[in-house]
Amino acid sequence: MTALAGAKDTEMVDNHKSASPDRVIDIEKLSLTFETGDGPVHALSDIDLKIEQGDFVSFIGPSGCGKTTLLRVIADLEQPTAGSITVNGVSPEEARLNRAYGYVFQAAALYSWRTIAKNVALPLEIMGLSRSERQERIARNLELVNLTGFEKKYPWQLSGGMQQRASIARALAVEPDLLLMDEPFGALDEIVRDHLNEQLLQLWAKTSKTVAFVTHSIPEAVFLSTKIVVLCPRPGRIYDVIESDLPRERTLDIRESPEFLKIAHRVREGLKAGHSYED
Amino acid sequence: MSTRTLSKSRLDISALLAWLIVALVVVGLFSTIFNPDIGVMDVPRLALCLVILAIAAVRYELGFMRNRFGDVMLGLVTAFATWLLIDTGSNHPGDAALGYWALTAAAWASAWLFVERLASWQIASRTAARFTNLAIPTLFGITLLVLWQIIVTGAGVPKVLLPAPTEIWLRLLNSVPILWADFQQTFLKAVLAGYAIGCGSAFLTAVLVDRVPFLRRGLLPIGNLVSALPIIGVAPIMVMWFGFDWPSKAAVVIIMTFFPMLVNTVAGLSASDPMQRDLMRTYASGYWQTLIKMRLPMAMPFIFNALKINSTLAMIGAIVAEFFGTPTVGMGFRISTEVGRMNVDMVWAEIAVAALAGSLFYGLIALIERAVTFWHPSVRG
Repeated sequence: MTALAGAKDTEMVDNHKSASPDRVIDIEKLSLTFETGDGPVHALSDIDLKIEQGDFVSFIGPSGCGKTTLLRVIADLEQPTAGSITVNGVSPEEARLNRAYGYVFQAAALYSWRTIAKNVALPLEIMGLSRSERQERIARNLELVNLTGFEKKYPWQLSGGMQQRASIARALAVEPDLLLMDEPFGALDEIVRDHLNEQLLQLWAKTSKTVAFVTHSIPEAVFLSTKIVVLCPRPGRIYDVIESDLPRERTLDIRESPEFLKIAHRVREGLKAGHSYED
Repeated sequence: MSTRTLSKSRLDISALLAWLIVALVVVGLFSTIFNPDIGVMDVPRLALCLVILAIAAVRYELGFMRNRFGDVMLGLVTAFATWLLIDTGSNHPGDAALGYWALTAAAWASAWLFVERLASWQIASRTAARFTNLAIPTLFGITLLVLWQIIVTGAGVPKVLLPAPTEIWLRLLNSVPILWADFQQTFLKAVLAGYAIGCGSAFLTAVLVDRVPFLRRGLLPIGNLVSALPIIGVAPIMVMWFGFDWPSKAAVVIIMTFFPMLVNTVAGLSASDPMQRDLMRTYASGYWQTLIKMRLPMAMPFIFNALKINSTLAMIGAIVAEFFGTPTVGMGFRISTEVGRMNVDMVWAEIAVAALAGSLFYGLIALIERAVTFWHPSVRG
């Protein structure tokens, strides 16, 4: 235990020396093994990944490849069993306690007894912000996700897409530099998903945040990302990292362009190879 | 095909009732209504009223006045016929014969038919809809009371077995000061104090149990044991410990209400799903913040369940506990002594007060529950 902590400390010092100042996430030789009744499950194995300030990084891969687990490790919702990880130069736990990130879950996870405005206010209340500051942030972030006018509605009075947008506004209200999104649009239909993807890109351009985004849709990953991380299962590991050369400002039309299709093709090949390797 | 049979069978109930009423009225008109030898023709207004009743009932099947006015007429005639039946029946207590019972059954069937019609009304206005929604159960309750009255007087049931509702009502009116004193002693003191302390302490214990896992394993089984104690055994001991007055009854109520509240609150506190717990974790929310902002609201449906169960348990506990020693006041004391003196109408008056108080108590908590858990799928509908 102490040895591990000591190792971590030296790692952190090293990072300080080597890491560029805008390194947001630095993962080295990270592994996570769940002990289950049927023996150990290697959810993540030997992950190396750097994410810079302003990146939009997608994790893509088949179910069980550990993409959600990786995001949860960054968020300090799971503890790695080996290797090191820093978020904003500190341990994930410290980053979580600093409220360094906003997390958007697969489901909206809004509280049905709170109105939309109150739901967005929830993290702000926990942070102990003043009433006026809360009001201001609620208004600003609901406007960002196009939900102005729905403040007094309850979550169950809104559609699934609106609920998910409200949960994004809630994550943004914390004003984190880092946004962790776990298949936020997975449960939505294609049209709504396209629309939200576009909105998310605009939001990202406007706020220059760093985004880590889990998905299993290839078009979504390619359309959104500056960097695409392809993972493959058993054990969960990184198969390919694709730096996208698409321009930062994109519209949905870009999905017809040859550059887009080329990247999508490489992602698909990566997913296939990860699979055939397995079977 | 299936929808046709369905709609046909739905129509049939009304038609069946209507023709049943006609048949029963015919039987009533041509047989003895009171022993030894009184026919319905000896009470002309009753005969006339029941003929009108039969016509009002079958009008729908014969095809005239098929509107709300006709339905209201049916209701009014039913009410008047019932009143006449009670009135004539009270002049011949215990002498009712076949004809009287047939007419009673006719009145009952037409009350049913009326409610059936009322339920089929398509009502646009909200307040009117709310009114009919209230009217239907009220009518049902009144029908039961009226049947009780008619059967008890008509068949001459001895008062000791079952007094008529009117007798109970008279007794109630004549004993308001006694009933009020009993209500004060049992409900306002023992029940309310015991309920508040029992539910309150169980709630706090549940929070503690939730915080300290050791207690969950140690305290819950003991709570289980306490809840299994027979109230008949506990009550006299509580009387010995806390004296004859209301505190000993409150103690019994505490014992009865504690465990349901404890178990429900503990279950409610673990009702949040993992995603919501993770969410609070990403906000770096502390234990108390998570408790107040997420887990307690989530537990509210469970907590109110326990509060509702306990509202009736508390009444039962306090009343039964008074059987085992009490000053000369209290609902349970009154029931046990008046039974001994064969004053059964007084017992029923106490039962009526207890039922009313219990229902209002329950209703009040249910109202608060609706306001607090408005967001829960079972409430928002």
